[in-house]
Amino acid sequence: MHNINEFRHSNYTKGKIIDLAADIFIYFTVGLLALLCVLPFVHVLAKSLSSDAKVTSQLVYLIPKDFNLKAYRSVIGDPSMIRSLWQTIKVTVIFTALGMFLTVCAAYPLTRKRLKGRNIISVFFIITLYFSGGIIPDYLLMHRLGLLNKSASLILPLAFSAYNMIIMRTSIQSTVPDSLEESAFLDGAGDIRILVQIVLPLCKPIIATLCLFYAVGRWNAYQDSVFYITRQPMYLLQHKLNLLIQTTNTTLTASEAQPDTVTNPEVIKSACIIFATLPIVIVYPFIQKYFVKGVMIGAVKG
Amino acid sequence: MKTKPMVHKTMKTKSNNSRRNFMYYIKRDWQLYLLLVFPIVIVLVFKYFPMAGLIIAFKDYKILKGFVGSEWVGFKNFAEIFSNKDFYRALRNTLTLNGLDLLLGFPMPIILAIMINEIRTLWYKKINQTLLYLPHFLSWVIIAGVAYQLFQPRTGLVNILLRNVGLEEIPFLTENTHWVFSYVLIGVWQSMGWGTIIYLASITSINPELYDSATIDGAGRWGKIRYITLPGIRSTITIILIINLGRIMGSSFERAHSLGNPIVKEVSSVIATYVYSAGIQAQKYSFTTAVGLFQSAVGLVLVLISDWISKKIGDEGLL
Repeated sequence: MHNINEFRHSNYTKGKIIDLAADIFIYFTVGLLALLCVLPFVHVLAKSLSSDAKVTSQLVYLIPKDFNLKAYRSVIGDPSMIRSLWQTIKVTVIFTALGMFLTVCAAYPLTRKRLKGRNIISVFFIITLYFSGGIIPDYLLMHRLGLLNKSASLILPLAFSAYNMIIMRTSIQSTVPDSLEESAFLDGAGDIRILVQIVLPLCKPIIATLCLFYAVGRWNAYQDSVFYITRQPMYLLQHKLNLLIQTTNTTLTASEAQPDTVTNPEVIKSACIIFATLPIVIVYPFIQKYFVKGVMIGAVKG
Repeated sequence: MKTKPMVHKTMKTKSNNSRRNFMYYIKRDWQLYLLLVFPIVIVLVFKYFPMAGLIIAFKDYKILKGFVGSEWVGFKNFAEIFSNKDFYRALRNTLTLNGLDLLLGFPMPIILAIMINEIRTLWYKKINQTLLYLPHFLSWVIIAGVAYQLFQPRTGLVNILLRNVGLEEIPFLTENTHWVFSYVLIGVWQSMGWGTIIYLASITSINPELYDSATIDGAGRWGKIRYITLPGIRSTITIILIINLGRIMGSSFERAHSLGNPIVKEVSSVIATYVYSAGIQAQKYSFTTAVGLFQSAVGLVLVLISDWISKKIGDEGLL
């Protein structure tokens, strides 16, 4: 196809020039848009690594000036920040483990064709993709269960994801041959043993992927922290960061007027942003392709 | 003597028979059912209970009286919604922001996907895709934080640059109209890369022979995009459009909450943030549940209508 294209164009120089111009335009535009996606972060990173004075005199663009780690030291030195970080890590780890457990528990039985009531149970789960109680009924449930201001309110309600269950189910069906499980079953192995000894080892990649889905989702979300948590020390990192950004926005002029502040709020804010972004950016290169696959599996189901 | 009970057994009603079968299945597959108990309980409690909790939209919910004990008030809460000024503001903002999102955000991934598809240098394509997907993985808090670092008056990078070239500052996030466009464009920026995935996959599934024959017929690059690529991804475009139309009543709490600020309250309050402040903060539980129910009901109707339209004009529907 390519050869024919070039052959044709070699006869028409005008077409060739237009094609080249189109190529340049496309390569340039896409590259520019891609740069627009990272440069903002480069700027924030540069700011966070620069000295107060340089940031205040607005000399920092994409490269740090007077490189130093003072801002990070004060972020890490802030006990409330560390508590939020610890809370977020704790919640994320438990959430991911529980989410994965529930996903496997739901997905595996639903791949067994001999299971009675398979379709009804499946619909029971999938309905949750389309319907929900909404903010207030969710909140009142937390209230009734006495989970307000408890870490459990950030773990239990979102722990089961029908979307991830569908991905898991599809993936078990395609990676584990039916015959393998059936023969183990006929040999007298229990279903749980088959799951643990045969299915799960074969599904390691998808389990890793879904763990990342759960972990990244939990790390980024802060809506439930705003709704259910009112005690400052229990705020998730994102919630805390949001508060920090919001408060300094409204009192920006006031804090700028005080020359005695130890560090420029802009620098501290930059450091906090990078601090919360870092874990995602570190895992990003590894997770990207799995997420792309997830989109595709999710799309197929519809 | 021997045959009699056999006859008797088969003569027994069928339900009895199937009940024994059911017990038989439970006994045979008890381990599978045991596994299912965990997710079923969690889903029942945390997804279905709140759905049942929607009944308080038709009650005057009092915490002390509970879901069952609170009094029925019929459609009073819904009537109240439409006489509430703050609700109208939230509704107007939700529709405006989502409408603009759709207008600017919907075509962008399609254009971008077609452009990415035209890139033949593999490494260049890969790098750009990786960078373009990045914003999707970051939380709205981080995106809002970065946005304020860039667009804030006085200290924001963009405003510094504007001043440096002798232009006036632009109040991107601190003036109503500017904020609306900043909100929308930041959304487009965040989702354009990720949105290309589905279209790129759709393009890959187009039969390559079509392009070959088009080349032989003398079609140029634009011709191929116009007559092969676009028709080839038409059904995907329709489906994504239906999904987006269904979301036009929806609102992301996190996006509006993190990008908003008190100065632009008038345009940044959307239904989700309104439900939060009137419901959780001001404790008007029944009223705000009614608001939420109204929102999802309209959303559902919109999906059904757009699905119906797309089937009418000959595309495949979503449902």
